[in-house]
Amino acid sequence: MEKTPILEVKDLKTYFYLEGNKVAKAVDGVDFQIYPGETVALVGESGSGKSITSLSIMKLIDKPGKIEGGSILFSGTDLISLTEKQMTKIRGNDMAMIFQEPMTALNPVFTIGNQIMESLRKHQKISKKEAYIKAVELLKIVGFPRAEETIREYPHQLSGGMRQRAMIAIALSCNPKLLIADEPTTALDATIQAQILTLLDEMKEKFHMSILLITHDLGIVAEHADRVMVMYGGQIVESTSVERLFENPLHPYTRGLLESLPSIDREVERLGAIKGIVPPAFNFPKGCRFSDRCPYAMEECHQSNPKLLEIETNHQARCFLYKESV
Amino acid sequence: MTITEKKVIQETNNDTILEVNNLKKYFPIKGGVLRRTVGHVKAVDDVSLKVFRGETLGIVGESGSGKSTLGRVILRLLSPTDGQILFENEDITSKSNRQLRPIRKDMQIVFQDPYASLNPSMSVQELIEEPLIVQTNLDKNERKKKVNEILDKVGLRTSDQLKYPHEFSGGQRQRISIARALVLNPKFVVCDEPVSALDVSIQAQVLNLMADLQDELNLTYLFISHDLSVVKHISDRVAVMYLGRIAEVAPKREIYEKPLHPYTQALLSSIPTVDKNSRREKIILQGDLPSPSNPPSGCPFRTRCPKAFDLCSEVRPELKDMGNNHYVACHLYE
Ligand SMILES: Nc1ncnc2c1ncn2[C@@H]1O[C@H](COP(=O)(O)OP(=O)(O)OP(=O)(O)O)[C@@H](O)[C@H]1O
Ligand SMILES: Nc1ncnc2c1ncn2[C@@H]1O[C@H](COP(=O)(O)OP(=O)(O)OP(=O)(O)O)[C@@H](O)[C@H]1O
Ligand code: SF4
Ligand SMILES: [Mg+2]
Ligand SMILES: [Mg+2]
Repeated sequence: MEKTPILEVKDLKTYFYLEGNKVAKAVDGVDFQIYPGETVALVGESGSGKSITSLSIMKLIDKPGKIEGGSILFSGTDLISLTEKQMTKIRGNDMAMIFQEPMTALNPVFTIGNQIMESLRKHQKISKKEAYIKAVELLKIVGFPRAEETIREYPHQLSGGMRQRAMIAIALSCNPKLLIADEPTTALDATIQAQILTLLDEMKEKFHMSILLITHDLGIVAEHADRVMVMYGGQIVESTSVERLFENPLHPYTRGLLESLPSIDREVERLGAIKGIVPPAFNFPKGCRFSDRCPYAMEECHQSNPKLLEIETNHQARCFLYKESV
Repeated sequence: MTITEKKVIQETNNDTILEVNNLKKYFPIKGGVLRRTVGHVKAVDDVSLKVFRGETLGIVGESGSGKSTLGRVILRLLSPTDGQILFENEDITSKSNRQLRPIRKDMQIVFQDPYASLNPSMSVQELIEEPLIVQTNLDKNERKKKVNEILDKVGLRTSDQLKYPHEFSGGQRQRISIARALVLNPKFVVCDEPVSALDVSIQAQVLNLMADLQDELNLTYLFISHDLSVVKHISDRVAVMYLGRIAEVAPKREIYEKPLHPYTQALLSSIPTVDKNSRREKIILQGDLPSPSNPPSGCPFRTRCPKAFDLCSEVRPELKDMGNNHYVACHLYE
């Protein structure tokens, strides 16, 4: 892909300052790009820094957290240097976000229609009437056949899946170039999850968006993303195309994750569990952050943290087992 | 013992540990100023099933389909509205709490949320000892010995005994809940989403542990989960629930390779999988789960079923024997 990226994140660091002088390095030196029209998955277990990465991109980090360094280039503009006012213009305009629990993002006292129309009118100069017509149209696109009725309903009158679709309608109302979806289906049942993910795929085509898809489910990655980044301990430990990752996972953590996954296709007597637990962000082990759980850990792994290197063409890993390709 | 061997044993001696006949659990919906009953949530609606000794019966289904309620009614943590529960051929449907006491130690439960189910003010040792105090006449030393044994079995250190639940990670807390359930040496354990709150790497540790303990202690599991991959991994047979009823039940290979019910087919197709070769074509269902207080007439799935026809709205399909221990409730197979 020889295009210019729509989003380019360089050496992003977001730290949380906790009691007792503890510093949680939630995001600690993250680099990646997203190109127009692609879905990039950010995958990892709880606490690995996925949500904080996305919230940092939206500049929605509050105390005790702080973006400590790096740059976030969005369509060529560095977001880090923007004022809150300038940022508000970008948020929900060129960049929109949907969350795991849509109830937290929807306003309970306004109707669904109100919220979509408000979002439409904030970003486009259109009349109330036009906004109404557009809102009905959007609701139909995201799968509300009775959109004229839905538009008058309140969030609590909708099921979880319907709320997530309403959130997607609001996100789409501003025609974003980049949609950040943080675990958009984690709270939903399997059949509803399939509805929503299929809808997102369709919307990506229809609206020519890029999607940053945050998930802990490797199955979702395999079926819905073009590229994937595996996160562990606030850093990206492996990054490549989806095909490559599942054909030839390099990082021991990625391999461990894949082996610990029960599958509906394979039958195994025992799952390959990774020993130990995910370390807290204020207390990573010395050296490689996976070194205390890694079955391959060597002397040097306990001394210094490896860099994310290009091991094969378009395939990066952060692990001393591999040498950079030249 | 391999999975197939285990299955053969069940089918030959057919030793039923639990049998449930036409079980119903309706929760009243109160309304108006007088708090009169204005309707019922039919959480479990006419369920019949058998669980064989030593097997794991998986229960899958979407949120609200009645899985937890079924598990709780079976253990008599909730009283059934109607129907019959036989545990080791003994009718426990209407036994009083006092009459249930000796049976309770044979039937235990592990919950999804180890935060909520463990009293935060009790140490690990107290938590695990408590069921022994309530249920047995063991003296202090004997109880201590039991606690140590079970801690070792679930992979916790003896030195962890004096710690409190908040000092443990999610996976370790789930080990504590498992220890608490198993310390009485039960025969039958309802596992209600025991790994749903855990990360995959930790989930694998706990699933392996549960499988080991089952072999070692000859346990029978009723394993409730909404994760079909987890259920496939751990179960011998699988029952699929929809709106309080069983849509299909069969040995696991049967159901995963030859799902018959349109709902099971859609559910299986909807699971995202990393293996390209076995990806099924997605069957995207329209609409949402109807309310269990007002289930559709006839077949409960008909409002979302891509294959529904006239009969489906008129007559409720009963579970039908399709051979190979495969049962399905659908008019397509009559
Ligand atoms: N407000 C906060 N105060 C202190 N620490 C925080 C805060 N928010 C996040 N963290 C820490 O930052 C780290 C990364 O959190 P983040 O929410 O990004 O994880 P995640 O990968 O999204 O996990 P999950 O899968 O559970 O959503 C965690 O260790 C978390 O404890
Ligand atoms: N104590 C109760 N009082 C009233 N209604 C209840 C009660 N417990 C459960 N229900 C209702 O019964 C139905 C079945 O609930 P249940 O918890 O058994 O479902 P489930 O399959 O375990 O769902 P989940 O996957 O969300 O745990 C739901 O509609 C629920 O709201
Ligand atoms: S009876 Fe009809 S609606 Fe029910 S499952 Fe069969 S085909 Fe579908
Ligand atoms: Mg998160
Ligand atoms: Mg439940």
